[in-house]
Amino acid sequence: MAFVALGQGSAGNSSAPKKASRVAFILLAPGMIYLGLFFLTPLVSLVITSLKTASFTGEIGMYDYGFQVSNYAYALDQYLPQITRSFIYALIATLMALLISYPIAYFIGVKARNKPILQAFLLTLVIAPFFISFLLRTFAWKQIFSNESPATQFLQSIGVLAPDQYVIGSSFAVIAGLTYNFIPFMTLPIYTSLERLDTRLVEAGADLYATPVQTFWKVTFPLSLPGVISGTLLTFIPISGDYVSASRDFLGGSDTAMIGNVVESNFFRIQDYPTASALSVMLMAAIVVLVSVYVRKSGTEELL
Amino acid sequence: MATEFVARGQDLELVGIHKEFPGFTAIENLDLKIPAGEFFALLGPSGCGKTTTLRIVAGLDEASRGKVLIGGKDVTASKPHERPVNTVFQSYALFPHMSVLENVAFGLRQRKVADPLAKATEALQLVELEHLALRKPQQLSGGQQQRVALARALVNRPALLLLDEPLGALDLKLRRQMQVELKAIQMEVGLTFLHVTHDQEEAMDMADTVAVMNKGEIEQMGAPEALYDRPKTAFVARFLGQSNIFVGDVVEENDHSISISCNGQRIAAPKKRSEKHSGKVALGVRPEKATFHADKPDLDSNHNLVGPGEIIDIRFTGVSNQYLIDVPGFGDITVFAQNVGKSPVVELGAHVWVSWKVEHAFGLSDLPLKADNDEA
Repeated sequence: MAFVALGQGSAGNSSAPKKASRVAFILLAPGMIYLGLFFLTPLVSLVITSLKTASFTGEIGMYDYGFQVSNYAYALDQYLPQITRSFIYALIATLMALLISYPIAYFIGVKARNKPILQAFLLTLVIAPFFISFLLRTFAWKQIFSNESPATQFLQSIGVLAPDQYVIGSSFAVIAGLTYNFIPFMTLPIYTSLERLDTRLVEAGADLYATPVQTFWKVTFPLSLPGVISGTLLTFIPISGDYVSASRDFLGGSDTAMIGNVVESNFFRIQDYPTASALSVMLMAAIVVLVSVYVRKSGTEELL
Repeated sequence: MATEFVARGQDLELVGIHKEFPGFTAIENLDLKIPAGEFFALLGPSGCGKTTTLRIVAGLDEASRGKVLIGGKDVTASKPHERPVNTVFQSYALFPHMSVLENVAFGLRQRKVADPLAKATEALQLVELEHLALRKPQQLSGGQQQRVALARALVNRPALLLLDEPLGALDLKLRRQMQVELKAIQMEVGLTFLHVTHDQEEAMDMADTVAVMNKGEIEQMGAPEALYDRPKTAFVARFLGQSNIFVGDVVEENDHSISISCNGQRIAAPKKRSEKHSGKVALGVRPEKATFHADKPDLDSNHNLVGPGEIIDIRFTGVSNQYLIDVPGFGDITVFAQNVGKSPVVELGAHVWVSWKVEHAFGLSDLPLKADNDEA
């Protein structure tokens, strides 16, 4: 359709651009309508809910429309530890995922470049966890490190854990679970960047007196930065809002709750919708600010 | 080693270099010595091992056997970054995330040379690109990128500068211009250049010494004039310019010349210009050394004369005409005649005699795969 419009345009009449823009509009419409219905509407509703006041009748779970900005202050005051914890966990898990993923991506994208079968096999291994629901995978980890499991008993016997200490319920378990679940999201974008790396540039680095380590930091890493940035964004953002790993039903304990868990309990357990909504809006705003600062600082627009 | 600047180039010596890749031998027992300050061209068709040789000198590939010495020091075991060598890569390999200036300053920064940006700017002035210093490489044209690559290598004042067909991607006019500039820069800075190319004109035009490489071995080495005037093998005779080559048994040998018989007609070559003096021998002559005559000329014994033959092709190339003359028993003989009005005006199908001076003929050490007088 678009080609037809282009063809007519070249024949030379002034109605062509108008026609082309109508085609573009028709093509865009389904996406726009979908986003309007299922993204914009809930977002507006969320903001409205976050400003509601307690019901006049005092009934639990009922709220009136209002403009109670103090909901935000209350949420912040009440749940600051969980908010801070969310971002600290997300930061650590993102860094861990980066440290683990980069060598994997480098090996698949550069070292295995001339071995297509090995490359395909390794990529499949990276993607394989997606074949199973991440709830099940997280649950499997809970089983492996459950309090009576051989793994936990082994750690207790060699003294890494005290006899009354357990893996499940610790910050370590939550961060490890988050890292594990998001490694493919980090590996794949970095792999895509490294796969295009021109190894002749690495040779040029060596030719210009740079040791392999110096060449890595001055040539290879900067050129893979677009992948590193999209990888870190794809991990950091969902981890900040994750509520599975940190939940007490999975790897978390009494003092590992993240924003997601607080939102969940406010919504479904104590039915404090305005507070839950305020927390959600704040999480979203914080991520938007953090991400835009990060993208600007890392200067992605400077890259290729 | 790599931390010191050298005032002039150093010599390069390759001793018994041998390189095997899985399934084939790229270089066989290569010995080579390039004196300091020389512009040396390694010339050969693609796949002859010339780029592999260059990569072994740079340290990017390891030789299976043999030694690399630069300025008398054995660098065989050194890593690329430890060698006082810089390369202008065929693909230029400029760092796309750095400005032109930072590209040029890269080597200086690595070696912690004082004031790298000033020196890089100077190098860019040498290649007349200082006004583009802050651009990214991909914003430059091919010729400009090539000059940046050259500046990036030259600025380090390496003992040896390696050029891996750096002009290959440029169009003819720009290539000629860059050849002149490259040669001028080499004379100015006095570095040793090792230039790998498959372009015989480029090699002859720029190099002090040309080595013709074929199938992993150097067939012949020498000054371009000497190589062109007296090729010693059939490969060199045909790769470096064109040649008419005839094969026959030696029928006469005296103090000055040897003669072979081709289908009853005799052609001669000076003895001191011939590698082999008996048995089956290949003699050759350059097309521009031969002339043709409408009638059978009366020539003395200092000339070879064959004919009559039929002109089967005429090509106008501007400065000269190329005639292809089919002489029975001699095959197709190529003759270049400059367009100065001296050659007889002939048309396709005309019958002519071809002659050349005996002193212009040369005798080869081997036989060509297919001589011009082979009956197909």
